[in-house]
Amino acid sequence: MTSGLIAAFFVFVLASFTGFEIINKVPPTLHTPLMSGSNAISGIAVLGAIVASGARETNVSVILGLVAVVLATVNVVGGFLVTDRMLQMFKKKTAS
Amino acid sequence: MEKTVSYYRIFPTPYSLLPTPYSLLLLTLMNEFLPTGIQLTYLVAASLFIVGLKKLGSPATARNGNVIAAVGMLLAIVATMLDQQVLNYEMILLGLAIGSGIGAIAAYKVQMTEMPQMVGLLNGLGGAASALVAVAEFWRLLQHGEVIPLDINISMLLDVLIGGVTFTGSMLAFAKLQGLISGTPITFSFQQPFNLLLLSAYLAGSTYLIVTPDSLPVFFGVVSVSLVLGVMFVLPIGGGDMPVVISLLNSLSGVAAAAAGFVVMNNMLIIAGALVGASGLILTEIMCKAMNRSLFSVLFSAFGTGAASGGAGGSAGAIDQTVRSIDPEEGAMMLGYARSVVIVPGYGMAVAQAQHNVRELADQLERMGVDVKYAIHPVAGRMPGHMNVLLAEANVPYEQLHDMEDINPQFDQTDVALVIGANDVVNPAARSDANSPIYGMPILEVDRAKQTIVIKRGMSTGFAGVDNELFYKQKTTMLFGSAKDMVGKLVSEVKQL
Repeated sequence: MTSGLIAAFFVFVLASFTGFEIINKVPPTLHTPLMSGSNAISGIAVLGAIVASGARETNVSVILGLVAVVLATVNVVGGFLVTDRMLQMFKKKTAS
Repeated sequence: MEKTVSYYRIFPTPYSLLPTPYSLLLLTLMNEFLPTGIQLTYLVAASLFIVGLKKLGSPATARNGNVIAAVGMLLAIVATMLDQQVLNYEMILLGLAIGSGIGAIAAYKVQMTEMPQMVGLLNGLGGAASALVAVAEFWRLLQHGEVIPLDINISMLLDVLIGGVTFTGSMLAFAKLQGLISGTPITFSFQQPFNLLLLSAYLAGSTYLIVTPDSLPVFFGVVSVSLVLGVMFVLPIGGGDMPVVISLLNSLSGVAAAAAGFVVMNNMLIIAGALVGASGLILTEIMCKAMNRSLFSVLFSAFGTGAASGGAGGSAGAIDQTVRSIDPEEGAMMLGYARSVVIVPGYGMAVAQAQHNVRELADQLERMGVDVKYAIHPVAGRMPGHMNVLLAEANVPYEQLHDMEDINPQFDQTDVALVIGANDVVNPAARSDANSPIYGMPILEVDRAKQTIVIKRGMSTGFAGVDNELFYKQKTTMLFGSAKDMVGKLVSEVKQL
């Protein structure tokens, strides 16, 4: 294995443990917004899509990349906005 | 981590057209500082994701947390656009704009009740994007006649599998929840052998590609098999278990993004993907606990096959029993002269958009001196916390919402339990009937209250497809009609008391 790959594995495993730890105690009220928020973060695939469609040429892989950009952006923008909509309601309640 | 050699491409930068000294300076700047800057921005973005997710777990900070995570995402996207490999700005910006537009419209149009399927749909798109990254990379490497390194190859195959399963699985879950197709589990003979065949086909194709990476038909065969596997994965799972499935698919979409990170060797993708993968798994476990089912039984026991036989046997005896039905006027009397009322809202209330009427009814009862509480089952609605969101939308005070553990001991002292559009979560069979498919699921024990009023459209079964003996009990009265109508009528009748 190359050192780059090993470093990537380190990052992957450590980030996984971080993920396990930060979602330890969450009140049930927040489970749906949490799922939707973390779902928006999984739209990070948009970065891969940008890199994949980066070449200034028109070929199949660039087109596939651009389609991926659109799909992932819907996931990111839709996810964050919908989460905010849900959480907004809690805020209104605590204010009143 | 820098890009791997395989991905390195040489493009003439526009700056090479400038006079030499400037071009040299700018080139140095671009080559030396930009990659470092991008990596450092990724580090900041990753930290923002972690802080954001952490804050999302606490009611007071949740909204901030979401904004923080969104800022992290924006930083990560901007940094990636500055990457020297990215030259196709106009098209990518156009793609980002189109995606943002669709996402924003969808986010504002969607009803709060449709939130579970919305998450499923968005999740499927993310999975599709991850899988497409692998397909695009494979295609590019093949066109350029480059040798595909073993690690990249394995990452691509995993990405295609996980991303593909996430995509079709989420779409099917969306269709089931949206009612586009029936929510009942779909099984057919030789299902297990067929799945095994698919899995072996995937493994065989992958092995072939690892040995000879340059076969496009085999690669597309592997992609197709992955897509079919996603469908087969969700097909035998009943609608009642769909929240667990969506949560699991959410976790999978994170893993798919991480796999895409290994394909293009990008730390940001790996970190964010791993965070979502791990946190999604925890959330899935929490949901399974609330339904008293193990993840294994949700995935492999095809809920419906056992449920059909058990449910039919149980209902045969019950169907002869009589059901007592009342009109809103009588219902209003029972509620208005009670000392304590516990409202049990279910998905039926959410679908009918009756939460505002319910709050109005509660307000009216409180004005008459009735003690009103809401009992929230952990999976009321379609996901944990879903009902809390809906009631918060209607400005129901947080203090009136009670968890199952909280409220169950109080039903003995409750005069009237008002069940609005809930079914499976109040079915006593979960406690008593070992043959019932929902046996063992913790329920709200409304049958312990002195009186129970159930507002329901008709005698149809709930999401789990099981008959509910609660409706036939002596202490239970039924108020047939849509939740919104009936609660509205109750409000006006209570006012006249």
